[in-house]
Amino acid sequence: MATASSQHPGVRLFKNVAIYGPLTVFAIVTLVPFAYLIASAFKTKDAFFSSPFLPMQRDAEGNAAPWYALHQIDWSGLTLNNFASLFGSSGHFAQGIVNSIFFASASAIVATIGSAMGGYALAKFKWKGRGFATNVVLASLVVPGALLLAPGYQVLYQLGLLDSYAGLILPMAAPAFGVFLFRQSIVQAVPNELLEAGRMDGCGEIRLFTIVVLPLVKPMVGAFVLITFLGSWNNFIGPQIVLQSPEKQPLAVQVSQLSGVYETAYGPIMAGTVLAVAPILILFLMLQRDFIAGLTSGAVKG
Amino acid sequence: MSQPLRKKSKLRAGWAPYFFIAPFALTFLVFMVYPLWYSMLLATQQTAGPAVSRPVGLDNFTYLFTNADFWLAMKNTAIFAAGSLMLQLPASLGLALLLNRPDVKARAFWRMIFFAPSLVGMAFVAILAALIFETNNGLMNQFVGALGLGIDPDIRWLEIYILPAIILTSFWMYVGFNMVYFLAALQAIDKSLVEAAMVDGAGAWDRFLHVTIPSIRPIGSFIVLLSLIGSFQLFELPYLLLGNGAGPDQKGLTVVMLLYQRGFEVGDLGLASAIGWILAMLLVGFALAQRFLGKSMTGD
Repeated sequence: MATASSQHPGVRLFKNVAIYGPLTVFAIVTLVPFAYLIASAFKTKDAFFSSPFLPMQRDAEGNAAPWYALHQIDWSGLTLNNFASLFGSSGHFAQGIVNSIFFASASAIVATIGSAMGGYALAKFKWKGRGFATNVVLASLVVPGALLLAPGYQVLYQLGLLDSYAGLILPMAAPAFGVFLFRQSIVQAVPNELLEAGRMDGCGEIRLFTIVVLPLVKPMVGAFVLITFLGSWNNFIGPQIVLQSPEKQPLAVQVSQLSGVYETAYGPIMAGTVLAVAPILILFLMLQRDFIAGLTSGAVKG
Repeated sequence: MSQPLRKKSKLRAGWAPYFFIAPFALTFLVFMVYPLWYSMLLATQQTAGPAVSRPVGLDNFTYLFTNADFWLAMKNTAIFAAGSLMLQLPASLGLALLLNRPDVKARAFWRMIFFAPSLVGMAFVAILAALIFETNNGLMNQFVGALGLGIDPDIRWLEIYILPAIILTSFWMYVGFNMVYFLAALQAIDKSLVEAAMVDGAGAWDRFLHVTIPSIRPIGSFIVLLSLIGSFQLFELPYLLLGNGAGPDQKGLTVVMLLYQRGFEVGDLGLASAIGWILAMLLVGFALAQRFLGKSMTGD
């Protein structure tokens, strides 16, 4: 194969444009809404619609300079008041941050333990009903969440779990797709001989699970904690239906209700969205390798 | 491994599998089997809130199949699903093919950018979309104006072109997500297959047609299935963008929005359950079709 350096400069240039041209265009399309969101969160009400991104100086007729005229930025149009008003108002926004962190962490830990346990039972034991249980796990992957909305609400009502975080976390304590992912990765990563040897040495079953099995599937544990954390952080419909008290609502519900509070004052709404989205983006972009490996591990034959 | 040894360990492990499967089994019975059974009962009842109900047999289903709102919701959802697939599939495969080239630099960097939107929850995307598709000052219309195609930049996205707006939003969210799956499949292609084809004198196009396409077909059909299942459950985006009314002339009404409207606003959990079962049957149909058309993706 010819290497890049041995090619004619014209061919190389053409190739680079053909590769990086589309990538750059797509990257810009992807990033513009983020730029718009961040800029909006820091603009005053007056400056909000003056320009899509940074606030711009206006001429005598009140027309703002184009957004790319970087020497005509109107710095006075930037403010932190949008953030201040989120916490200053009578709402529960600060509590919402605490709620989201608690809800996402608790459900991630519970769901990961439950899924790993279930996956282990399906992967490494011969027992009556194993084949049946495996099929049940696979079949429940296609049950649409919407079908469970109405009757699930009824079940939570009967169990007295409405308006509680238990009502959100317990139904997802061992999700089928998690059990399936852990089954796949335990089959691959945990040798039977190691388990036999552990039992020979008198290691108890629960200790065997925690000190032998879990460390061997650490990448899967990490990825699944991230996946479930993200899913709960972004969950809107669950908290919207299950939680009734405003002070219990996580950010996803609180932020979507801001437009009712502030109506056309978009600044605070955007500031709230930034506070809800930024931590998750930073966390996941830092850990993206593990996260993506976990996401694709169930789908691509390893 | 000797026979008596295995026997001994099997004995000692007697209770263990049941202990480890217990969290799944319990939550599955309480939060899946029971609700499913209960919703089957509900689907044959007319209810007004949790207290009042009367059996109506299959009337909920015959009502739905002759109801204009139901068919409108079906049509909107199908248009959304088809539109999303047709835009996203080629774009995500194209990006994956570009990133899979051995001479591309900073692959992880590009992948990270394209993947980022799928990390943002629907509830947050809806807020952003409401502003971007705003008629007078929205970014989308400013962009249309800047293109200078002679189109008046006052397109009423959230009143007239609701489905296109939702399709574009979901394109932004999921192209990178689907690309990650395609890229993983492309990178798992056996290099010796490609080399063998080159030795046989196959050109780039032939290699793409006879090595790449067959190798990523399973993941392709998996992505189509995931995308269809997701699209047919579309709810949060139109609900938060348009509210319960689903926009002018219910242009943004989807199947799950109709379910939510009838179940939680009107209080007819029976009709909502019937809608849920029709949706479930449809999704099971998609999954079965995928099993027959594509290869199984379970890895064993």
